[in-house]
Amino acid sequence: MIKRYAALVAKLTPKSKLGQGCLRAYAVGGGICVFGQMIADCGERFLSLSSASSLTFASIVLIFFTALLTGVGVFDRIARFGGAGTVVPITGFANAMVSPAMEFKPEGWVFGTGARLFTIAGPVLVYGISASVLVGLLYYFFPW
Amino acid sequence: MPHHRIGAHTLIFPNRPRILASASVVGPKEGRGPWGESFDLVINDPLFGQKSYEQAEKAMYREACERCMKKASVARDEVQALLGGDLMNQIMASSLAARALEIPFLGLYGACSTMAEALLLGSILIDGGYASPVLCAAGSHYCTAERQYRFPLEYGNQRSMAAQWTVTGAGACLVGEAGPCLARVSYATIGQAVDMEISDVSNMGAAMAGAAADTLKRHFLDTGSTPKSYDRIVTGDLGQVGTDILMALMADSGYPLSRENHMDCGLSMYDQKEDVHAGGSGCGCSASLLSACILPRLHSGDWKRVLFMATGALLSPTTSQQGESIPGIAHALTLERGE
Repeated sequence: MIKRYAALVAKLTPKSKLGQGCLRAYAVGGGICVFGQMIADCGERFLSLSSASSLTFASIVLIFFTALLTGVGVFDRIARFGGAGTVVPITGFANAMVSPAMEFKPEGWVFGTGARLFTIAGPVLVYGISASVLVGLLYYFFPW
Repeated sequence: MPHHRIGAHTLIFPNRPRILASASVVGPKEGRGPWGESFDLVINDPLFGQKSYEQAEKAMYREACERCMKKASVARDEVQALLGGDLMNQIMASSLAARALEIPFLGLYGACSTMAEALLLGSILIDGGYASPVLCAAGSHYCTAERQYRFPLEYGNQRSMAAQWTVTGAGACLVGEAGPCLARVSYATIGQAVDMEISDVSNMGAAMAGAAADTLKRHFLDTGSTPKSYDRIVTGDLGQVGTDILMALMADSGYPLSRENHMDCGLSMYDQKEDVHAGGSGCGCSASLLSACILPRLHSGDWKRVLFMATGALLSPTTSQQGESIPGIAHALTLERGE
């Protein structure tokens, strides 16, 4: 009975359009990366930044624009269109920080914004940092 | 043995309680939908002039209740009970509205089936001679539901194709024992919590369709009726996926439904171009369309007999994250044209 129901559900539930999603993610994600590269190049050429500093500069500018677009309520629409294309670059992380900061403001600075700022980005930080510590330790003991 | 019952799950109301008046308040997206003109009030600002979406949901709920009482020319202190609920944690929109309305209050939670639950219990109060009139109401708000069940509003996530859009809206009905009315309630079938072992929180249509089919079959069996006995069988918010599953289940059950005499509030709420994926959901979905579409059609005589069955997915983010599956629930009421 339950098995038959599960088969019925699988048959009648529409699937995401994989091809369209991949193409859009490629275009939007690629576009963001091209824009980031342009910022880095501009930083190097016009602001005389070192090549390492120009990459940091590009990240800062991308975070700024994501925060701005999130704040004016446009970013989620771009993300809905672009899918993983907006999630993978640093824009995804910036949006994951700014959106809860805005959302939980009515509950106050401490229990709202403060406590729930990392609702989405928290797991990324926990497991990202844990993994890098683990890899660092492995590299320390087995440096070849 | 209780004598106002027929069959195993169905109540019969000998006095056929009367729905005296109804009112609906919805948000901007709902206002742009096919029923936009029929709602009593469409708010253009999802905050409804309040400081938070929670306050906005409360204000909408209260507005729907007040408009309903006004349409029936009934003063607040004449109403003997308010029955209702919403989707917010601890049903706070209803509780805060009840505080402002100062009407004896029974808070209910049946997820998106709350309007049918309220109407069912309200009809029992009327029919048993315990209260009259009573106000039955339910509401939901997209912005309060999103943050509670899913993500912050501005977070750029992807919605599944089976996902539904929580309706920003509230609906209220005033039910009484006498007087001119929009419709009368003659039977009610209390649904069971039916678990089809669906644990995908973005496919609530699939979680609810099993319960919807179960209640429908029990109702037909208990009352000796068939889908043809009704001008419309109205389901709450099964959406596209849930509706398709219900059709398949009913075809197998010996009570096949036709697309012509079935209406799903979730599928009727929004304009096609709104990109809501599988349709609308939320307590406010069936509550506002009951008031804006179903009762007016019964009143005008377009429809003479309707089965109103609101459906709910019984889940909380906590139990879902713990891997618990989502039971569905559906309560059905037979609404007939009032003479």
